[in-house]
Amino acid sequence: MDPSDAPAPNVPAETPPSEAPSNDPLLIAGRTLHSRLILGSGGFPSLELLAASIRASGTELVTVALRRVDPDARGSLIDVLADARVELLPNTAGCHTARDAVLTAKLAREALETDWIKLEVIGDEDTLLPDAVELLRAAEELVDAGFVVLPYTTEDPVLARRLQDIGCAAVMPLGAPIGSGMGVRNPYSISLLREAVTVPVVLDAGVGTASDAALAMELGCDAVMVASAISRAQDPVLMARAMRAAVQAGRLAYGAGRIPRRRYASASTPDEGLAEFR
Amino acid sequence: MILLNGRPSDVPPGETLAAVLARLGLSLDARGVAIAVDDEVVPRSRWETHTLADGARVEVLTAIQGG
Repeated sequence: MDPSDAPAPNVPAETPPSEAPSNDPLLIAGRTLHSRLILGSGGFPSLELLAASIRASGTELVTVALRRVDPDARGSLIDVLADARVELLPNTAGCHTARDAVLTAKLAREALETDWIKLEVIGDEDTLLPDAVELLRAAEELVDAGFVVLPYTTEDPVLARRLQDIGCAAVMPLGAPIGSGMGVRNPYSISLLREAVTVPVVLDAGVGTASDAALAMELGCDAVMVASAISRAQDPVLMARAMRAAVQAGRLAYGAGRIPRRRYASASTPDEGLAEFR
Repeated sequence: MILLNGRPSDVPPGETLAAVLARLGLSLDARGVAIAVDDEVVPRSRWETHTLADGARVEVLTAIQGG
């Protein structure tokens, strides 16, 4: 779907918000997603809490990372995700060069039998901000190798367009640094970025609480990815529910079209017919 | 000497990747596992036949929670 062609979700007035998204699916690289919330699996204290949070969030797409096999690891993440019937979105978290990211993506494809890759190439240890040059290089190579590439990028509209032009299936701009919980720090850039590309925009990183996710959707993002805000909340399952509702509310509000901001009041009650008292 | 997941190992040269997997308690059909030897992916279909040369660097990876 070309998001610019479908600004208004077709939601009948009588449909309760909890059922609305089924009328307004998200299409990425030919795959239909009925939930616009993508869940990061990192940071959950247990696989049980991850499974419960997946159910509460309603997500259909969950990220995983690749690391060396730990013979002492308990429980199978793969089994939990298979039972939850979600699709996997492997990432290249921890990679600092295009070379490492490309090799990691190829290993993920081999391990998980998916062409989808959330491409992360980190350029700074303190902020975990993307390295734009290496990111573009890796994205190009992976698109050529047949991957469905979803790059974690900055909120720069020009870079987003470059990523789209080389064939990325979506772009994933950050709201704020990974795990910072600072929300959408630059809503202006995110809305410019939304206008700059036609591929789906998934706000990634920075979401701290439900209102951050709702704001991203109100700005026109097609989906939101949340990890730490859910997995590290005091009650992850409850926050997963909150995020689900926030993403739905934000999407509906975006489709509904907000009123313009005004400097002064604008009465909604007419002055006409106002009684006169002495 | 063969490096297995970044550590010197007692895996002898000539051993197959299938045998290396067994050392890690994994079977050939283990789900969510991938192997790189000297920075190249070795597809699952070659795990039984791919033998390791002395000095090989083997990375056996799997999916973990992340992102």
